[in-house]
Amino acid sequence: MVKIEINDVTYDVPEDFTVLQACEQAGIDIPTLCNDDRLVAHAACRMCLVEVEGMRNLMTACSLKVSDGMKVKTHTPKVIEARRSVLDLLMSNHPNDCLTCEKSGECKLQDYCYEYGVERGSFVGERRDLPPDESNEFYDYDRNKCILCGRCVRVCEELQCTHALTIDNRGFGALADTPFRAGRAESTCVSCGNCVAVCPVGALLPKREKRIRAWDTKKVKTTCTYCGVGCQLELITHKGKVIGSKPVEQGEPNHGLLCVKGSYATDFINHEERLKTPLIRRNGVLEEASWNAAFDLIVSKIKETKEKYGSNSLGGFTSARCTNEDNYLFQKLFRAVIGTNNVDHCARL
Amino acid sequence: MKLIVGQGSCGIAAGASKAYKILEEEIKNSGANIKLGSTGCIGMCYLEPIVDFIDDDGKKTTFVKVDEEIAKQIVKDIVASKVDSNENVISDEDKEALAKQKRISLRNCGIIDPENIDEYIESGGYKAIERCIKEMTPEEVIEEVKVSGLRGRGGAGFPTWFKFNAARQSPGTEKYLVCNADEGDPGAFMDRSVLEGDPHALIEGMIIAGYAIGASEGIIYVRAEYPLAIKRLNIAMAQAEERGYLNKDLFGEGKFKFSLRIKAGAGAFVCGEETALLESLEGNRGTPRPKPPFPAQKGYWGKPTNINNVETFANVPFILANGGDAFAAVGTEDSKGTKVFALAGKIKKGGLVEVPMGMTIREIIFGIGGGIAEDKGFKAVQMGGPSGGCIPAEFLDIPVDYASITKTGAIMGSGGMVVMDETTCMVDMAKFFLDFTCKESCGKCTPCREGTKRMLEMLEKITEGKGEPGDIEKLEELGKFINSASLCGLGQTASNPVLTTIRYFRDEYEAHINDKKCPAKQCKALLTYTIDPEKCTGCTICARNCPVEAITGTLKEPHKINPDICIKCGKCYEVCRFGAVSVE
Repeated sequence: MVKIEINDVTYDVPEDFTVLQACEQAGIDIPTLCNDDRLVAHAACRMCLVEVEGMRNLMTACSLKVSDGMKVKTHTPKVIEARRSVLDLLMSNHPNDCLTCEKSGECKLQDYCYEYGVERGSFVGERRDLPPDESNEFYDYDRNKCILCGRCVRVCEELQCTHALTIDNRGFGALADTPFRAGRAESTCVSCGNCVAVCPVGALLPKREKRIRAWDTKKVKTTCTYCGVGCQLELITHKGKVIGSKPVEQGEPNHGLLCVKGSYATDFINHEERLKTPLIRRNGVLEEASWNAAFDLIVSKIKETKEKYGSNSLGGFTSARCTNEDNYLFQKLFRAVIGTNNVDHCARL
Repeated sequence: MKLIVGQGSCGIAAGASKAYKILEEEIKNSGANIKLGSTGCIGMCYLEPIVDFIDDDGKKTTFVKVDEEIAKQIVKDIVASKVDSNENVISDEDKEALAKQKRISLRNCGIIDPENIDEYIESGGYKAIERCIKEMTPEEVIEEVKVSGLRGRGGAGFPTWFKFNAARQSPGTEKYLVCNADEGDPGAFMDRSVLEGDPHALIEGMIIAGYAIGASEGIIYVRAEYPLAIKRLNIAMAQAEERGYLNKDLFGEGKFKFSLRIKAGAGAFVCGEETALLESLEGNRGTPRPKPPFPAQKGYWGKPTNINNVETFANVPFILANGGDAFAAVGTEDSKGTKVFALAGKIKKGGLVEVPMGMTIREIIFGIGGGIAEDKGFKAVQMGGPSGGCIPAEFLDIPVDYASITKTGAIMGSGGMVVMDETTCMVDMAKFFLDFTCKESCGKCTPCREGTKRMLEMLEKITEGKGEPGDIEKLEELGKFINSASLCGLGQTASNPVLTTIRYFRDEYEAHINDKKCPAKQCKALLTYTIDPEKCTGCTICARNCPVEAITGTLKEPHKINPDICIKCGKCYEVCRFGAVSVE
């Protein structure tokens, strides 16, 4: 443990802490746009600037490790002014369209502009004016809203390990994008949506059929049902219907990550073609039936086929979405009851 | 007898290779016993190509501006034993400019053949590393560097011994040494000269530093735009290996072995910033890392790494061969030794000079550099490239040392000195450097990426006559913010050219904004060309030369310029023989 002074109060913190972590522990809010505890400190957005005694320039709390006797000031006029300047510069190259932006209400840039009193960007000049990338089937990228925090690139690289994204070009022309700006569809993107989940602004958003304000939705924490990993996710609901999902930010087992199914495959829940009862084909037409009727039919067909052609004429195929126990029983049914080893399942998510 | 042709990039560009070929032929044809050799750059770019003649008694005669004809004449004169009568022998004045210098890091440049290790060894080379390995511990080497007072010559001026020591003290057995040869300031070529003219000095300096910090592997990160430097480094490294200085147990003492390799950069200015350089070395996009941790703690692949620039390393063998005291005897209390400067811009004798620290700027520009080109008035000198600032005439007599230069708002930097005369518009000059940093910003951090662009836009506005009251204050405010809040050295110094020009030439900014005038008459949008009907003789030369037919008038009648069509190219002003065209 080391002793560190934050805003004239001394705290004991673990020696491998960053100043940002020390502030969090002390209950002091430090604004961040590019920080993500799971990723290597990036120190790019410069929102977390603090004053540290003995240091010539303002320092980024996200990357600076604590040291014994360090004295930090988190909200001096100089710091506040610097954060305001960062927001001013970002807003000067950002569409001022919070009124129609899907992210409004859960946008960090919007929240900080509110907190620091930045109404709009004060610099008049060139603004990024590029077409959106809508080539991915699940999410869109509005290039003009990107604030270059690099979280999408880094999560794709450091955690997802897909390396579909990069920072393209340099200086004012720099942008988080796929190589050569060829678009998501042309990239190695696997549509996991982890970039969308970490984007602090409205640059990366899931495709949605209806425009629904963030504050009109509810989030329900649950376990993903697609496979046995048990990823924690939040189902986003509106008027009792699921409209999307996102990873729970922290915690086991997925630490804020999801795959394409967890991120985007929720449409089936309210889909009009979703099967709600078993169907039995009678005279070439599928008709709704009760479970009992369906089971009776299955059992009779199995028996009939087994008698006529033998056990090995049958095969069973189960699902990775079932639990281990379900799958155990299923193979037992096929091996012990029906008498064949023809059994497999789709453990290929 | 020997003829030596200066074949640095500058000499070659001026025609040194051609001169070499002619000399070769002429020597062959004359049958005279004259050896022909090459060397690097002596620094007098304005006199290239330069050829030295050394007679049998060791007397040296220097010929300058050697074109094909002069080359032929030189051989004839040597054969006829009348070299002194050659009209291209260097003038006494130019000789004196060279004599005023003190050459430590450039000690061999323009003298020895960079592609011949024997010449380096004959001039005392590889003696320093022998002394280190045979007689000294690494700690003693660091102590010697401490005594010398050597500070990093790449720009920041951090004490070299301290960096060596930090890397040595850093825990771990795997350590690296990196030479930053990604010299990128516009108009700066100090390091190129060493790389091309004396590559062994760098190699020896790096071996010594490797021994001092405990690194057995070194990497030279050199910009790909220096092909000749890379070629000569490769030759030098192969020769050094052959002689047992690289990749072998040094002097059979069983103490130290050092390997060296070259990594060519890919053309990004920001890779001269040490952490961006490390990223690039590791194969990533060249963007800076936050500091701390410093490279001495976590550098190349996270291992303790020492990074210094070429000039710094080139000084090290001198220090270890002659003792730290010998180096410290040169210069001032706070800034020891010498510093190499690249003189460029509106100066008579542009080129490379190495002077003792503490020499005044006036002495460098006027004493050695010969003063301002075309004898115009001195206005300011930009020191430290785009990261530096301008120093106006009132500070011409300050000594060149780290503290004094920093006080003016400029920085020592790596050694660029761009001289500006009275016809330079300071707003335009600041715009030029801002344009450079803005384009070279990596785009990682917000202040530098967005801020430099906004500053540039404001400067463009001002030079186009669209400046508004309050712009100067906004520039100052934004500039100070960018300097204090940016991630790396590039951003932290990007505003310096603007801040210093505002500090010393605020009236020029005000003239642009308030009066819509450019006092130096450089900003085209603010100029009006008019013809004085009293002086105009109606010779029609202006009208005939105007590329946009903006000038009308009949023969022998005063002409007129239509300001709506005029593109302010200045052609009429140039061609008028009666001084009738005026610019306001």
